Amino acid sequence: MDDLDKKIINHLQTGFPICESPYQQVAEELGISEHCLLEHLQKLLANGVLSRFAPLYHAEEMGGALTLAAVKAPAEKFEEIAQIINAFPEVAHNYAREHELNMWFVIATEQPERLNKVLVEIAEQTGLQVYNMPKMKEFFVGLKLEA
Amino acid sequence: MIDEIDQQIIQLTQTGLPLVSKPYHVIAEQLDISADEVMARMQAMQDNGIIRRIGAIPNHYKLGYTFNGMTVWDVADEMIETLGQQVGGLDFVSHCYHRPRHLPEWSYNLFAMVHGKTQASVDAEIAQIRALLGEHCRAHTVLYSTRILKKTGLRIKR
Repeated sequence: MDDLDKKIINHLQTGFPICESPYQQVAEELGISEHCLLEHLQKLLANGVLSRFAPLYHAEEMGGALTLAAVKAPAEKFEEIAQIINAFPEVAHNYAREHELNMWFVIATEQPERLNKVLVEIAEQTGLQVYNMPKMKEFFVGLKLEA
Repeated sequence: MIDEIDQQIIQLTQTGLPLVSKPYHVIAEQLDISADEVMARMQAMQDNGIIRRIGAIPNHYKLGYTFNGMTVWDVADEMIETLGQQVGGLDFVSHCYHRPRHLPEWSYNLFAMVHGKTQASVDAEIAQIRALLGEHCRAHTVLYSTRILKKTGLRIKR
């Protein structure tokens, strides 16, 4: 990652314009050409520095449902359990964490009633108790990670 | 709140915005509506919070943020509103939520995600939250992520 990559990442975390030629506008703000910006973005996505360049949608505001859940995956079956859970398209992310509850994942569904079904299906397919921890109140979501 | 066309816009953009000069025009062509309508609808969704923001979502690890801690705290339920606002207001906290306990084994009801490039920087952040909660903190722990197993972001299915 070079200085320009860092500049682009820092600049684009805060928001991308909705206008005719948004890349051109951002490129001007950065003092580079549109072509250069698009090339860098393609590279940053290809090498995984950016996991996505997209609108960040708010599941509940769209009428969907979202929860955080965790399981205690036995060490010898950890990869297998991860595969089962990740196979659900409703699982948006999944992290391995150092704790007895060692696998934590976010489930997002378009239909609220689908959420509980996914939780039940994960419990059935993994044979594990699923600890459901839906948010009761959101105090803050944000933060810019400086590259 | 959102109609069929909004749903289609969400469907087309949730995995990524087109990397071309006029990205909203590409979406418009795919939906056979005008680019102005796509932009107006996306602006409306952003204004009413359906789109939190449009932008780059970095992989924490690749940026050097290898210490990503989910700090969890056991605080009195009657204090959580006040304390949650305070912890969520700290500039290094990316997400802060009230979540249910699973007693007896999980007593933590306040979750705050913290990120750092070194263990020392994260330790300092955790100490700051601990100090802020003071006597209201009955117990806490930190769960560090060791690996991203999946990170696609949310996808709605039709």
